[in-house]
Amino acid sequence: MTTTLTKPPADEVKRPRRPRSARAGGTLHAGPIAYVILALFTIGSLFPLVWTAIAASRDNQRLAQNPPPLWFGGGLFDKLEIAWNDANLGEAFINTTFVAGVSAITIVILSTIAGFAFAKLRFKGRNALMLIVIGTMMVPPQLSVIPLYMMVAKLDWSDQLQAVILPSLVSAFGVFFMRQYLLQALPDEIIEAARVDGASSWRVIWHVVFPAARPAMAVLGMLMFVQTWNDFLWPFLVLTQNGNPTVQVAVAGLGRGYTPDQSLIMAGALLGTLPLLVVFAIFGKQIVGGIMQGAVKG
Amino acid sequence: MTTGHDTAAASPTKEGGAAPARPPAESAAEERRRARLSRRWQRDVRWSPYAFVSPFFLLFLAFGLFPLIYTGWASLHQVELTSPTDMNWVGFRNYTRIFDDDFFWNAAKNTLTIGIISTVPQLLMAMGLAHILNYKLRGSTFYRVAMLAPYATSIAAASLVFVLLFGRDYGMINWALNHVGIDNIDWQNDKWPSQIAVSSIVIWRWTGYNALIYLAAMQAIPQDLYESAALDGASRWQQFFHVTLPSLRPTILFTVVVSTIGASQLFGEPLLFDANKGASGGAQHQFQTLGLYLYEQGWVNQHLGRASAIAWTMFLILIVVGIVNYVISRRLRASS
Repeated sequence: MTTTLTKPPADEVKRPRRPRSARAGGTLHAGPIAYVILALFTIGSLFPLVWTAIAASRDNQRLAQNPPPLWFGGGLFDKLEIAWNDANLGEAFINTTFVAGVSAITIVILSTIAGFAFAKLRFKGRNALMLIVIGTMMVPPQLSVIPLYMMVAKLDWSDQLQAVILPSLVSAFGVFFMRQYLLQALPDEIIEAARVDGASSWRVIWHVVFPAARPAMAVLGMLMFVQTWNDFLWPFLVLTQNGNPTVQVAVAGLGRGYTPDQSLIMAGALLGTLPLLVVFAIFGKQIVGGIMQGAVKG
Repeated sequence: MTTGHDTAAASPTKEGGAAPARPPAESAAEERRRARLSRRWQRDVRWSPYAFVSPFFLLFLAFGLFPLIYTGWASLHQVELTSPTDMNWVGFRNYTRIFDDDFFWNAAKNTLTIGIISTVPQLLMAMGLAHILNYKLRGSTFYRVAMLAPYATSIAAASLVFVLLFGRDYGMINWALNHVGIDNIDWQNDKWPSQIAVSSIVIWRWTGYNALIYLAAMQAIPQDLYESAALDGASRWQQFFHVTLPSLRPTILFTVVVSTIGASQLFGEPLLFDANKGASGGAQHQFQTLGLYLYEQGWVNQHLGRASAIAWTMFLILIVVGIVNYVISRRLRASS
């Protein structure tokens, strides 16, 4: 009798999803002016990124001349290699991938479970607790850095990655995001059917909630990965003494010194950004959809 | 649990007797088992929701609430960076010290002005962009992803690039301005230019993201509102002001609150925009924000207690801003 719920028909779970903002746009067609404005904003958004690569491909003398270079020189890959070695970016990449990966996966799992409880389970104090979750979004995490720094000092965790990972796991946004998704994506009947079959809450989560939440989990995972990857203040405070940096800390470190090598800095900035740009180029559509989905009821 | 059921049902036949009813002992056991299961079931239904939400709250207690309160406690002590665990009670001296410090007020003013310069144009442009993106467009996904590319760029990378673009002698922006007859601007050392430059980093990174949030809210507005407005003879502009904007009010409030929090916390951009590579926010502290001032007091001057006092002051300011925001939005709602 338990077999019926081991595999909920996957497509049946997915079907009730709100038709994704397929209605891309209103009913009015855009005029030429709209396209001109969009083109300007697109150029404005992408130009600093392209110019990072251009500056990285030129040497310092060229960057100290007018007019500034507008096209690529020949030195890009040499500079990238130097920046990679100087900033110890290999280690930084491994560190950051680990930190961002562990944070993103943990946040997604915890948020899905909590979001499910808030969306679909009835319990005393549910609304009050949800309000508290939303309220915590208003408390800027940066205000906590001083005691966290003291805690890290006491635990002897400075320069260790868990000092960066643990505080990043608090994500009210994640809980809220998954709750909003599961409210509309997971029909009550499926949970009730599993319940009638005698499934415990944990089994419901494993066999019903996780499969239904998969698309939103992927989006949330990517958003959290980006956020943790780009995190600056806290890693900058705890990971500086003896190395073991994240990418952002290593890249920021390239700018130090009395006569900084500008093109080297640009090469480092490019390397630090490239992985996320690749992710955005591949999954851009899903990420855009995810941000918009999280926004509607926010 | 399936097997338990089967043996219970099968056992009477095994005994060979044509037992018409189950032996009372068996039935009692069955009853107990059922009761136990249902107790377990009830426990599960009643308590597991709390188990599911507890990780978030435990993490928040450990890394959010406790540090926040402890910051308040530390702000009443003298604490040095070199030995963060030694605390000497000093009462409110940290607060009087920072309130007597001109650089604190300077940083507070800078935070406010940079906050306004970065937030207002950003949200206005995002609104305009969202309006355009809401038209039927060719390649709409491309524009959306392109505008989100700055959001994928880290503060560190973005700030370092903008330092070069805003260079006084060889920067791209001055070069472009020269073409329209404007002389080189010292984007790092002059007060307003430097604040505009720091703000532009924020604007660049967040405009596209906010545009998507507005766009999502616009798409959720029922189409018939526009249709009836059009029937009443409302022009496109009138539709925008009388249908779109009022429907977006909660979303606008949300983005204003988030941007305000972000602006009050500004740290990485001014830190990395500084040519002197210090935490002073420029030679004359011309773009030092409260976040940077906190860092300077705590990690450069090594006074963690004073830095805590700054953090709590910022927190109290945010609460006041939040209350003002709430009151204004209630007034607006009441008046409409």
